[in-house]
Amino acid sequence: MTTPSQTVGPFFGYALPYAADWELVPEGHPGAVTITGLVLDGAGEPVPDALLELWTGEGGDRGALSRSGTGVSGFGRCGTAPDGSYRFRLAPPSRPYAALLVFARGLLKPVRTRVYLADVPDPLLGSLDPARRATLLARPEGQDVYRFDVRLQGERETVFLEF
Amino acid sequence: MTHPPYLHPDYASTVLRAPSRPPLEMKQDPEAAELTGPVFGRGEVDPLDADLTAGHAGEPLGERIIVTGRVLDASGRPVPDTLVEIWQANSAGRYAHQRDQHPAPLDPNFTGAGRCLTDDEGRYRFVTIKPGAYPWRNHPNAWRPAHIHFSVFGTAFTQRLVTQMYFPGDPLFAFDPIFRSIPDPAARERLVATFDLGITEPEWALGYRWDVVLGRTPMEDA
Repeated sequence: MTTPSQTVGPFFGYALPYAADWELVPEGHPGAVTITGLVLDGAGEPVPDALLELWTGEGGDRGALSRSGTGVSGFGRCGTAPDGSYRFRLAPPSRPYAALLVFARGLLKPVRTRVYLADVPDPLLGSLDPARRATLLARPEGQDVYRFDVRLQGERETVFLEF
Repeated sequence: MTHPPYLHPDYASTVLRAPSRPPLEMKQDPEAAELTGPVFGRGEVDPLDADLTAGHAGEPLGERIIVTGRVLDASGRPVPDTLVEIWQANSAGRYAHQRDQHPAPLDPNFTGAGRCLTDDEGRYRFVTIKPGAYPWRNHPNAWRPAHIHFSVFGTAFTQRLVTQMYFPGDPLFAFDPIFRSIPDPAARERLVATFDLGITEPEWALGYRWDVVLGRTPMEDA
């Protein structure tokens, strides 16, 4: 009797984003990394109205919503910019990956995937051929910055997961 | 089948955004990050955020309503202390969003966004106004039935749900490709709130009841 999903639609922008939502750790946090990239549709066009949520699997004392503490949070949210880009600043998770959800107009239910910060021995990565595995691997790009694009559809489509 | 498919061509925006491959079914992993989820503290949500008619200079126009219900897990147990977020159009069918071009009036006394945490019995409660139907450009003469967007967390990231609550008896259900994207008509009905005279407050606001049932988590017993 589960409640069915419906699209987040195009007009969540004044409701769901909140101050410092993409900052799981404050600026200057020692060892912080940034994950950034684009959300792209089946034509390779940027998706300017997606909402991403990142979860590292570990809570903290920063506040998932209020961001009032000085420590870390395991949860972040980021709406894409007009160029389809998003970003998260976080403490490196203890697992090799962070969980990622993408909501958008045109997605009747979210897509979920994982951002792997390293190509390590892992049951999920190990089950995929190299081309598919590559879609889950964030690419180091400069100091403490990782690039991770989400391709919703088509060639090089991101591997999406179901639990 | 409870959830809609990704590809539902009647809803045009799905055509270039629906993944072409089915999602990969994950093997059981008790250590998976997705089996836990963020916890939101009482101090992080202002109780006033549950009243969408407050916080402005005056009262919003429209039919004042109370929307309440419980968040339950797949076994019917209440989910306490979970974050529920809502957003909606005003009574004229216009969102307080820059990109909403529907030529209906904005209401200076209504923004249309609210938050609350469920109580010990999984209950949430919002005071708002009934949103209006509005046109969209999916197909000629396309109108969305009146709805309130809901975002619910649950205890695991796998339970995360974003959906829409509708109002009983809406004549637009038969024409709405988003509502109709849910294959099972009985599952569609689970998105329709029930008018409840017991929730209705005399001389003040109509009451609607709507429960949210989250999906089973992978490690949960049947």
